[in-house]
Amino acid sequence: MFSFIDREQFLLYHCTRLLNATQLQLGRKQMAKIILKGRFAFAISMWFLTLMCGAQEPPYFVTYSHSLEEPGNLEIASKGAAGSPKYANPFVSQTLELEYGATAWWTTEVYLAGQHTSNDSTIFTGFRWENRFRPLLREHFINPVLYVEYEHLTLADKGLLEVTGHDSIANFQLTNAQARRELERSLEMKLILSTNTHGWNISENFITEKDLNEPEPWEFGYALGVSRPFALAARSQSCVFCRENFSGGLELYGGLGTTDGFGLKATSHYLGPIIGFNVPRGPTITFSPNIGLNDNSIGVLYRFTVSYEIQQVFGFLHRGGR
Amino acid sequence: MRAARLLFPTSTFWAWISCALIFSAMAVGAADYPAWLRHVPDADRKRTNPYAGQSDAVAAGSKLFADHCTKCHGADALGSRKKPSLRTPEVQKASDGEIFWLLRNGDLRHGMPSWSAIPEPSRWQIIAYVKSLGEVPATTHQAPSK
Repeated sequence: MFSFIDREQFLLYHCTRLLNATQLQLGRKQMAKIILKGRFAFAISMWFLTLMCGAQEPPYFVTYSHSLEEPGNLEIASKGAAGSPKYANPFVSQTLELEYGATAWWTTEVYLAGQHTSNDSTIFTGFRWENRFRPLLREHFINPVLYVEYEHLTLADKGLLEVTGHDSIANFQLTNAQARRELERSLEMKLILSTNTHGWNISENFITEKDLNEPEPWEFGYALGVSRPFALAARSQSCVFCRENFSGGLELYGGLGTTDGFGLKATSHYLGPIIGFNVPRGPTITFSPNIGLNDNSIGVLYRFTVSYEIQQVFGFLHRGGR
Repeated sequence: MRAARLLFPTSTFWAWISCALIFSAMAVGAADYPAWLRHVPDADRKRTNPYAGQSDAVAAGSKLFADHCTKCHGADALGSRKKPSLRTPEVQKASDGEIFWLLRNGDLRHGMPSWSAIPEPSRWQIIAYVKSLGEVPATTHQAPSK
């Protein structure tokens, strides 16, 4: 079994040999630059790998549980969604999430969102800044978490990190050029209620959103999730593809109209099974095919997330990498 | 006479001094006792570890400990500058039920997160491992336990 240093030396040796073979085609200076850059990138990736750990969070995409980020830890996640809406071009959206545990009762996150639409363009759609607080400092049967988020997104955002109001398939039928003209600055609040019992997590989110640009009514939405690890006790041996590293669940979310028209009319809803794989000392990979439950929803929305948790990120920097 | 009073104040003065000393001693004693232990309900305190003494559980617990606990408490569980050691007599002599309560609830005010998302059997495995580490004399502790 190689240690990280051994692996690095081994790979560097072979990469250098491969690059030497092409040295005749490129100048020596250029080659030296490439090797230096490669070594730097490799060292950075090795540093990240040594800091990584598996997060112990339910594998939801839209629903939040009362699990907050551990203080001092930074989770970097890439959240993707791909779909092919009716009468619109297929799209893939990517959201980069940076989640930091400020304290044991407060987690703060920044999202950077973008999307690519076939036969159209690839654009950056905006950012979100989110904060979650645990008002009760002990564990109860139902644990509330307060969520406040500021969104600065164009109408072209297709991340679908929540569904509120009368969000529907019509939003996807606009071209990127049309949709990005309309910038929405909004405030979103959620009441998160969550329970951990007998290995199961059951979470309910009640969502409300207010557009700060225009005098529009408050929008409402919901998200429900249930999940469980495939094994509750860990095995004594190290293993990658064992049941304890997998978790599964089910997620249901959708809009509930606005203050002007509360209810299910002209809203979209999705239901999907989820599977999560927590690679030991590596990333957590989550996948879910979400099925649209009515004509206002996208038929099937494929969601995938890859997340890395870097433990005590600032402490590591303070200690100078020791 | 006035000088004598200054040198030998009244009995009320000595009563106040004694009270202050007694309360300080109590406060020092309380500081030795981890604050979170005082909040553990009796029912939780009496819970026993179903994996106690099982070598497989200790091995599984060490794996889980490495994943979730080492960055704060260190690979040897001796803590760091600001994070407490788990090998102090207070932690090692605490009952399994008390530590289980702490893992479930955390001590959010002092930076210890709740680990209720880890399934119960896995939390018991972590406790089996922590208890297997044994005490380390106070002089070698890197940080006092809260």
